[in-house]
Amino acid sequence: MTPGYDLKRVDFIFQTESDWKEILQKSLSRPPAELINELISSELKGRGGAGFPTGLKWKLAADELSPIKYIICNADEGEPGTFKDREILSKVPMKVLTAMAVCGFVIGSLEAYIYLRGEYFFLKPALNKAIQEFQATCHDLNFDFRIKLFMGAGAYICGEETALFESMEGKRGEPRNKPPYPTSFGYLGKPTVINNVETLAHTYTIFKYGAKRFYDLGVQYSRGSKLFSVSGDSPKPGIYELELGMSLLDFVHDFGDGDTKAVQVGGASGFLVPQKRFAETTIGFQGKLTGISLPTGGSMMLFNSSRSMYNVLDNYLEFFREESCGQCTPCRVGCQQLLNGIKAVKRGEKTGQYLDKLLRLTETMQYTAKCGLGQSVANSFSSIVENFREEMIY
Amino acid sequence: MTTKIKIIINDKQIEVAEGSSIVDAAVCAGVIIPTLCFHKDLCVAGNCRVCVVEIAGQKRLSAACATPCEEGMEILTNSLKVRNARKQIIELLLSEHNADCTLCYKNGNCELQKLASDYKIMTQDFIQLAPLRKYQIDHYSPSMIKDDSKCIRCQRCVRTCAEIQGVSALTAAYKGDRMKIATFFEKPMNDVVCTNCGQCINHCPTGALVERNYIEEVWDALANKDKFVIVQTAPAVRVGLGEELGFEPGTRVTGKMVAALKRLGFDAVMDTDFSADLTIMEEGSELLMRLKKVLVDHDPNVKLPLATSCSPAWIKYIEHMYPDYLDHLSTCKSPQQMFGALVKTYYAKHFNLNPENIVSVSIMPCTAKKFEANRPEMHDSGYRDVDYVLTTRELAIMIKQAGIDFLKLDDRSFDQIMGASTGAGVIFGATGGVMEAALRTAYELVTGREVPFENLNIMPVRGMEGVREASILIENPLPDWSFLEGVELKCAVAHGLVNAKSLMDSIVSGESQYHFIEIMACPGGCLGGGGQPIPTNPEIRRKRALAIYAEDQGMPLRKSHQNPEILKIYSEFLTEPLSEVSHHLLHTHYTPRERF
Ligand SMILES: Cc1cc2nc3c(=O)[nH]c(=O)nc-3n(C[C@H](O)[C@H](O)[C@H](O)COP(=O)(O)O)c2cc1C
Ligand code: SF4
Repeated sequence: MTPGYDLKRVDFIFQTESDWKEILQKSLSRPPAELINELISSELKGRGGAGFPTGLKWKLAADELSPIKYIICNADEGEPGTFKDREILSKVPMKVLTAMAVCGFVIGSLEAYIYLRGEYFFLKPALNKAIQEFQATCHDLNFDFRIKLFMGAGAYICGEETALFESMEGKRGEPRNKPPYPTSFGYLGKPTVINNVETLAHTYTIFKYGAKRFYDLGVQYSRGSKLFSVSGDSPKPGIYELELGMSLLDFVHDFGDGDTKAVQVGGASGFLVPQKRFAETTIGFQGKLTGISLPTGGSMMLFNSSRSMYNVLDNYLEFFREESCGQCTPCRVGCQQLLNGIKAVKRGEKTGQYLDKLLRLTETMQYTAKCGLGQSVANSFSSIVENFREEMIY
Repeated sequence: MTTKIKIIINDKQIEVAEGSSIVDAAVCAGVIIPTLCFHKDLCVAGNCRVCVVEIAGQKRLSAACATPCEEGMEILTNSLKVRNARKQIIELLLSEHNADCTLCYKNGNCELQKLASDYKIMTQDFIQLAPLRKYQIDHYSPSMIKDDSKCIRCQRCVRTCAEIQGVSALTAAYKGDRMKIATFFEKPMNDVVCTNCGQCINHCPTGALVERNYIEEVWDALANKDKFVIVQTAPAVRVGLGEELGFEPGTRVTGKMVAALKRLGFDAVMDTDFSADLTIMEEGSELLMRLKKVLVDHDPNVKLPLATSCSPAWIKYIEHMYPDYLDHLSTCKSPQQMFGALVKTYYAKHFNLNPENIVSVSIMPCTAKKFEANRPEMHDSGYRDVDYVLTTRELAIMIKQAGIDFLKLDDRSFDQIMGASTGAGVIFGATGGVMEAALRTAYELVTGREVPFENLNIMPVRGMEGVREASILIENPLPDWSFLEGVELKCAVAHGLVNAKSLMDSIVSGESQYHFIEIMACPGGCLGGGGQPIPTNPEIRRKRALAIYAEDQGMPLRKSHQNPEILKIYSEFLTEPLSEVSHHLLHTHYTPRERF
C-alpha cells in the first residue's frame, strides 16, 4: 500500500469532445511514427481487459505490408458489471471515431468497424448519425475513412477478439488459435487493430494533451486513468474515472457502504479480494508493485456482509458455463464440473476436499484453455474458494 | 525453399522446417504427442487440448497441433505439468462422455478409449455429466447412427463435412455446456442434406457417429436354410479389408476375402467388378449416344457433360445442390444396383432359383450404398434388388466373430456367372478409375484401336489432385463414328464433394466445357470411402490406390468389353447396351431434393 494515497478523480474521457475536428486535423498532419511514439511513451495499455500496450499494437499493425488492413472498435462490452463503453459511445462518440481514424492514418487503413453489443442496439441511430458527420469531415480532409457498425448477437465470447472476427465473417463465434495474432492475421485474415472503446477514447486524450499528461497519472506499469463501473453494495454506483494505482482500501473507503466484505475486481473473469487484503491490493495492471495488483476491465462489484459468497460464485460459474463457446474441453467441461462440484459440496454429496480437486482443475483450465474466457475462470473461482471456503461448505 | 530452424524437444535438438507444428516436429524427434481433434485430412482446430505441451518461458501450456515452432523453442512434452494437465483433460472428456465402452460399437477402435487406457484413468472423481442430459440417438438414417452421448465435440465431423465434402450437414450448435454437433434444426440425419457418404464416421474418434450395421440380419439370412445368400464385393474392399485383419495398408487380399466369405457361409461369392464392367458398357454407350445426339442431331434436350452416377453420395449431393443438373447424370445405376437387379433376374433364371428366396448382400467401402439400396427406385427386379449392404468394417467384424484366421486363409476365386472381371472394373475403386475404364472401352469402340497410353494406363486421370483434366483427340474413327473425327474428348475427374462443387460451379458458369466428368464423393474415390477401415488418411489412401492399380496391372484382361461374362450376359439376356432390358434393369432416374 502506498501510504496516504488519495483517491484521485480524473476527468478526461467525458470532457467535451467539441474539439474533435481540430484534434483530427492536427493528428493527421503529424508523421505516423511520431503518433506511435506518443502512444508508446504514454504507456497506455488496452482497457478491454488484457492490457496489451496500445502503441505497440498500432506499431505492429503499421509494420505489416498488407495493402488492406482493418480497425475494429470492440464495443461488445459483455463483462458482467461493466457498462462504461456504453456511456462513452453515447456521450463522446466523436472521440472514439477520431481515434479510429488516427489509427487508420497511422497503420494505413481506410476501413473500420464498430462491433456493437447486440443489447446496445438503441445506440445505433445516434452512432450512425455521428459516423455520417464524421465521414464527411474526413472526406473534406481528403482522408476517405469508412466506419461501419456491426451488430453483435448477444454472445459474451464474441468480445474475445478472434471470436469477434469469426462472428463478423459470418461464422460461429469461436476463438481462434493464437498465434497468429490480430495485428498480422485478423479480420478476413488481414492485419487488424482491435481496441476497446475506452482505449480509443484515451488515445484521444493523449493526442490532445500529449503523452506526458497521461503518463503522469498512475503508477509504474499502470499509467493514466481508467473508467470504473461501480456496482453492488455501494451508496453511489455508477461510472467513475479514477487514476490507476489506487489501493483498494481507499477505493472501498470512498465507495463502500461501511460494511464491505469483499470486492470483485474485473468482473466475472476478475478476482475477488476479501476485506483483509484491501490494503495490500493495488488496482492496476500486473507488474511488480508493492502488494498485489489486478488486471481490470474496470468493473468493481462491492459485496457487504449480507452476501453469500457461495451464491456469488455459483452465479459466476453459471455465467461461464453458459457463455463458454463450448469448443475446448477444459473450459466447456471444466465449467460444468466446477458448477456441479460446488453444488455437490454444498449439498454434502462431496466432501470439502473435493474443492481442492476443483482448484487443481482451475489450474489446468488456466494453463490449457484456448482463450481468455476459460483461462480466467480460475481467477474468481480460486480467489473466492480460497478466501471463503467455509461459505462454500456450510 | 523452406528455411530450417533449430528447436529442442525434451532435450533433443532437431532441425525442422519453419512453420511446422509442434506435433509434426515431435515426430522428427521420435516423440508422439497424443491428439484427438487433430486429423491429417482436416484443418487444425486445437479444441480438445489433449496435445498440450510446455514451452520454456511460458506459463501457459500450448496446443502442439496449433502452435508453429519458432527458432530456439524449448519444448517439453512430458513434464509433470503437462502430464497432470493432460490427464485431467482426459478425465474431463470421460466425465462428459457416455463411457459404456463394453456396449459400444466402437469398443476397441476408439481414440478416447485408447487415451484413457494409455494414461490409465482408473478412477472417475468428476461428476458424470452424460446421465444428466437427455440424449436421443438419431437412428433414422439407413446409413448411420448419431449418438451425441458419445460425442467429445472435437468437431472432426463438422470439419470433414465442410472441408472435404462442402456439405455442412453437421455444424456446431449452441454454446457452453449445451454446445453440440447438430443438423439443420436438429432434424434427423436422413431429413437433411447429409449425403450418407460416411466421411464423418470415418473421421469420428469415438462412437458418436457409426454406420448402421446389418451384421445380425446377415447372420440370420446365412443361418436360414431356405435362403440362397449371394454376396458381391466392391473393388475397393479388397485393398482395405486387410487393414482390419492384421495386414499393412495397401495389401491386396482379394483371394482371402473370397475364401473368408465362403467360410462365412455365403452360397455364392461374386464380384461387383463384373457389374463395374457392365456399367462401362452401358455408360460408354450412353456417352457415345449423347455425343452423337449433341454433335450430329443438335438435340437441345441432351446434356453434356455426361456425369458418372456410380457414387450414391454424389447422387444425393447433386439432387440437393444442383437439382437443375440431374439431366447430366448418367442414367446408369451404380454397379452395386446393377448387380442387385441382375441377381434376382438373370442369375436366378440361370440357376433356376426362386428370386423370392435369394438374399442379396453387398460388401461396400461405402455407407451411402446402404441408403442407395434403400431407395424406392431400386426394386426393378420385382424385389428389393440389394437386401443388405455391409461396409468393409462390418465384413471384418463378421470374419472376427466367425473365428476365421484370416492371415492363414488360402486364396479362392469368385464364383460364376457374375464373378469375372477385368482390370477396368477394379480401378473403379480409385478416383479417376471409371473415367479410365470408360476411355479404354469407348476409344476402342470408336477407333478400333487401344487408347494411346502406354500399357493402357491413362496417367492424367490418376492421382490425388482434387480436380484433374484429360483430353483425347479422336482420329481415324471407324465409319460408324466418323462424326467424331478430330473431336477432342474433354474429361474431368473430381473426388471429395468440395472438389465436385468447384467442378460443377465451373460447368454451371460455362467456364469449363467437358464431354464427360467422373465424380466420386469420397477423397481418393471408393478406396477412401466412408465404410473403409479407420483410420483413413492421405498416406493410407495412397497405399490403397497403389494396390488398386497393381491389381489392374496384374489382370489378364484390362478392358471391360473383353470380360467373357459380360459378352455372355449380352448374348443371353440383355441383347445389347441400352437395350430395353438394360433400360429396365440397369438404368434409373433421380429426384430433386431440398437444400437443408
Ligand atoms: C471472453 C472474453 C471477452 C471479452 N470481451 C471483451 C469486450 O466485451 N470488450 C472488449 O473491449 N474486450 C473484450 N475482450 C478482450 C479482447 O479480446 C481484446 O483483448 C480487446 O478488445 C483488445 O482491446 P484493448 O487492447 O484496447 O484492450 C474479451 C476477451 C475475452 C477473453
Ligand atoms: S476457453 Fe472457453 S470460450 Fe475460450 S475457446 Fe475454449 S471453450 Fe471457447
